Amino acid sequence: MRTWTAVRRAVVLCALLLCSAGARAEPADLCAVPGYLLFGDNLIERVTAAVRKDKTLKIAVLGGTSSTLPGPDGTSYAYPARLEVALKHRLPNLAVSVVAHTKRRLSASEAAENIKKLLVNEKPNLVVWQTGTNDAVRGTDPAAFRATISEGVENLQAGGADVILMNMQYSPRTESIVAVDAYADSMRWVAREREVPLFDRLAIMRYWYDAGRFNLYAATKDIGMAKSVHDCISRALASLIIDAARLEPQEGAPAR
Amino acid sequence: MVPAILTERDLRLDLFRGLALWLIFLDHVPNNIVSWFTIRNYGFSDATEIFIFISGYTAAFVYGRAMLQRGFVIAGARILKRAWQIYVAHIFLFAIYIAEISYVASSFENPLYVEEMNALNFLRQPEITIIQALLLKFKPVNMDVLPLYIMLLLLFPAVLWVFLRSTSAALAASVVLYALTWEFGWNMPSYPSGHWFFNPLAWQLLFVFGAWCALGGAPRLAPALRSPITLWLAIAYLLFAFAITLTWHFPRWGYLVPRWLGEWMYPIDKTNLDVLRFAHFLALAALTVRFIPRDWPALQSPWLRPAILCGQHSLEIFCLGVFLAFAAHFLMVEIYGGFLMQVLVSVAGVLIMIATAALISWYKRLEGRGSGTPKRPASADVAGGEA
Repeated sequence: MRTWTAVRRAVVLCALLLCSAGARAEPADLCAVPGYLLFGDNLIERVTAAVRKDKTLKIAVLGGTSSTLPGPDGTSYAYPARLEVALKHRLPNLAVSVVAHTKRRLSASEAAENIKKLLVNEKPNLVVWQTGTNDAVRGTDPAAFRATISEGVENLQAGGADVILMNMQYSPRTESIVAVDAYADSMRWVAREREVPLFDRLAIMRYWYDAGRFNLYAATKDIGMAKSVHDCISRALASLIIDAARLEPQEGAPAR
Repeated sequence: MVPAILTERDLRLDLFRGLALWLIFLDHVPNNIVSWFTIRNYGFSDATEIFIFISGYTAAFVYGRAMLQRGFVIAGARILKRAWQIYVAHIFLFAIYIAEISYVASSFENPLYVEEMNALNFLRQPEITIIQALLLKFKPVNMDVLPLYIMLLLLFPAVLWVFLRSTSAALAASVVLYALTWEFGWNMPSYPSGHWFFNPLAWQLLFVFGAWCALGGAPRLAPALRSPITLWLAIAYLLFAFAITLTWHFPRWGYLVPRWLGEWMYPIDKTNLDVLRFAHFLALAALTVRFIPRDWPALQSPWLRPAILCGQHSLEIFCLGVFLAFAAHFLMVEIYGGFLMQVLVSVAGVLIMIATAALISWYKRLEGRGSGTPKRPASADVAGGEA
């Protein structure tokens, strides 16, 4: 099932060819993501309730290095910080905070151990759980990986937090080195089983690559593209949160 | 029942094994638009099932006769020699893989992918990595099939010994092993952690089933295969699998799959050859056997010749396919990975596979042991390529 996306990409490609043949005039939004890649049917109703009641939205991001950027000001350009900016912009009436709990080489089982502490210390309404990469690198048993996330999501929900799962980045250079598909499939199944939204970073970044938005093959020390990718991820994630919580973004704030 | 071994060459085996080799290659090229042609996008099973089944069939065909004519020791030795050849081929591919990865790694730097680059750490410990690879515990991406094949062949002398006494007992033992594997979660360990991606204890079912068909099972299945009930069951199941796969491509339609069905069905486990995958393969095979007879005229047509040629030299062409997938990834990384390149490397790869298969055939004919003059008794070639 490694290429669920293959048919989808063929469809996208045909659509792109048709579009580029038709209207070339309008400059496309760099970050645009087709709805079928972004939105599902799973709602985050605890978030909806908290927003109605307290006008607050406390988000915790639990993840590894791919939720950060290197460099002294990397944190402020990484997607968790950018998510806060994007949500504040689109939901100006809410007190939005996003706190990132990231650790180098964090595996799913290590992240799962931190869940209790996170729930007690922060009491987040929503936890964005980014995982998969390090387990794929280490070659964790996919069945064990699936059980870990499934249990972790259950614990988070039992602790009163909603969960959005985020899978790995699309990394074409390491595609013949790390086999991510079994882990991506595991996360899709857990999202389905626990009825939580999945932010399919893998498919979304692959879409951006196929659409020519970012050259993800590039070998470069320049952080410019990495910043843009994280910014786009934060905007797409903000859209997913707003959609899944059925929130109403401020009029005039561009829906991206 | 003592098996009756068929004597005539079945070109259908060569044809479908050749096609499976092409599909495996296309699926191994990362981010390849052409791979939407491949069957894994339209159902549960993929080309691996076809490859392993046909390999079991041909192995039984070739070595079964050898065991009947020359005895257990000779046939067993030949099977182990084959396993050794495949092992050597696997290690050769591993060397090529390390060369490609080292080169790609040396030029790779991108602040976006700090985490993914950890995957290259194994290059810093060659003493461990290489030993683990020799032990078949460290298996890079897309290099899981040959180790599976090696394990299946290592067990095959014993399996064949049972087959020559009772085909039903051999098949039953295989089913029992498969069931126990599922029940107790048996698998073989991998390095640095986890298990084999293709669990030999589960996948042996398909290989042994292939062998069973070759050793007299096929005629016993024939009445069932002719029945219209089988036909409609197979069609219904394939349509069902197709509909389910569509909801993977378009997650918004996921809600159309009822919750109880999803809970019962997922995950569909490739590692342990999920029953749903096995059933999907059976359905495909039932339709194939029904609509493509052994003496199908098109099997002689020049259009199918390229696939048949590839299927007749499966080990060489399989290894070449793995190498070509690495090479394709290398070109995509170092030059350009877009749509045109994906089509180009896919077409070029299949053409190279065909040309190589033709070259090998020509050389074997030259050596006088080709299909035209089978001098050696029970030559592997008779069964449609080596086992």
